[in-house]
Amino acid sequence: MKLIDHTKVLKHMKPRIVSNIFFRLLFMAATIFGLLILGILLYRVITQGIGYLDFQFLQNLPSRKPEQAGVKTALIGTIWLMGVVAPVTLLLSVGTAIYLEEYAQKSRFTRFIQVNISNLAGVPSIVFGLLGLTVFVRALALGTSVLAAGLTMSLLVLPIIIVASQEAIKAVPKELREASYGMGATKWQTILHVVLPAAIPGILTGGILALSRAIGETAPLVVLGLPLFLAFLPKSVFDMFTVLPMQIYNWTGRPQEEFQGVAAAGIIVLLTMLIIMNSIAVFIRNKFQKRY
Amino acid sequence: MKSFKYLALSTMIGAALAFTAACGKTDNEATANGSQAEGTSTEQKASEENKQLQGEINLDGSSTVYPIMEAVVEEFGMEQPGVKVSVASSGTGGGFKAFIAGSTDMSNASRPIKDEEKAQLEEAGINYTEFKLANDGLSVVVHKDNTWVDHLTVDELKKMWVEDGKARKWSDIREGWPEEEIKFYSPGTDSGTYDYFNEVILEDAPIVENATLSEDDNVLVQGVTGDKNAIGYFGYAYYAENKDKLKVVPVDGGNGPVEPTNETVESGEYAPLSRPLFTYVKNESLKNEEVYEFVKYTLDNAAVLSEDVGYVKLKDEEYEAALKVLEGLK
Repeated sequence: MKLIDHTKVLKHMKPRIVSNIFFRLLFMAATIFGLLILGILLYRVITQGIGYLDFQFLQNLPSRKPEQAGVKTALIGTIWLMGVVAPVTLLLSVGTAIYLEEYAQKSRFTRFIQVNISNLAGVPSIVFGLLGLTVFVRALALGTSVLAAGLTMSLLVLPIIIVASQEAIKAVPKELREASYGMGATKWQTILHVVLPAAIPGILTGGILALSRAIGETAPLVVLGLPLFLAFLPKSVFDMFTVLPMQIYNWTGRPQEEFQGVAAAGIIVLLTMLIIMNSIAVFIRNKFQKRY
Repeated sequence: MKSFKYLALSTMIGAALAFTAACGKTDNEATANGSQAEGTSTEQKASEENKQLQGEINLDGSSTVYPIMEAVVEEFGMEQPGVKVSVASSGTGGGFKAFIAGSTDMSNASRPIKDEEKAQLEEAGINYTEFKLANDGLSVVVHKDNTWVDHLTVDELKKMWVEDGKARKWSDIREGWPEEEIKFYSPGTDSGTYDYFNEVILEDAPIVENATLSEDDNVLVQGVTGDKNAIGYFGYAYYAENKDKLKVVPVDGGNGPVEPTNETVESGEYAPLSRPLFTYVKNESLKNEEVYEFVKYTLDNAAVLSEDVGYVKLKDEEYEAALKVLEGLK
């Protein structure tokens, strides 16, 4: 007697194999679609912009003549912006995450905060721009300074880093904490010596990815009324400045076709910065990650 | 391995501390700079001709005027590297808001100042002077293969662009034109270009519903080049750069059809679609030598620089008259 009815098995086999192949191809197509678009974008940007990209491009001020236009002020301004956004967001968001994960009781109130943090992450960036304009630029009279823009951008990316830090802190195994308490450590000692060192890779990765978003945003800074042309570099956080995305946005709207090439060159500079930052994030994760 | 984590942690905290420390320090520095600037400006008054000025000038306003100002600042910066000029482009309306708030010395505009803006400036106690910088000829364009349109009158433009609930074909505008639906491309309602078109053609009536609106004029150029039945309008510079791809429509404002060219816009013959571009200067700021010199430089060079970036210069007399007005304000 045959234990398996082969005809019956074969009958069921075919649709399973077909659906297996179908879904494999579908998901592969989804991946390839994304890569293809990225490829086309990179190809277009690089072929258009490479002719304008040289050392002079990084050293020149914006100009009405496409071949003399450069990104010096915008590039330096972007670095200044990062200098404000990075410490402010890391301090605030890591603090919030530690409080919510380690200290706060699970009550209706903390759940309310939690929900609102997630909501905040979905608020359109232009709304943060309006907030920054009213609070930092006008009410606190900071003007269109590095500090005002930096604080606005910090608010924008804060929810992202809080969530990332919370996840990183949650992922630290309970046994580590308990061992620490067992040794007689206080809560703060445990957080400082056990939890934070273990959570640092996750926090920094989230932080750097959020920072990349902050330097790529244009809308909130346009709302703040940041200048486009500056004949000088900022010397302190109270000075005016301009950033790369705004400069690129302005160039793409120019009637002269050459400026499209200059804009593409600006995009290459911005992309290079983003790629460097993201590689740092990946490097940190790989270097410090420990599996428990 | 563990030391890396401490390294990372301490860098983080160190960065934070450095930042707060920097904050405190720069605060003092900023005030120190402020008093220094005052000191130097009094010194300058005593020094001789061809002196190097110092100070700050802040500009905001129309993105249409921005390229002219960018060019002026670029050239001015070579002569007076000590003057810190910043130019923003938040749009004509946004620029006036900052001007009213008192945070800018000059406000660029692609339309004359509105009555409510005048009232707010008066309320804020800010006296200002209007200077014309250049002209722009709004160009009405159609697809290159559009053989039927030879010119349009202002009334025909109105008939085309104002929404009246009916679908419109070319044949509805003038007899003998093809029975094809017209596709409309217009700058976005936030732009000064739309404001001006609204003032002379739409007269506050709603624009056709199926018009494609875009804040990026290059998108409009692409739209019109890609559709045989398309019509659009935008600043002269965008037409001038794409002459080989577009056909410009001569507009009849009552004295026969006129095509926008540098000559017809400068002479005022291309009407009513030529619009002036302005800058508004705070009178109080003109008491500062660097602002006065900057405005003078702007008016001296606006003719050449505005043509450089794609606009049409004013008549020489107009610049001379403006310079006289400026002298009176010193």
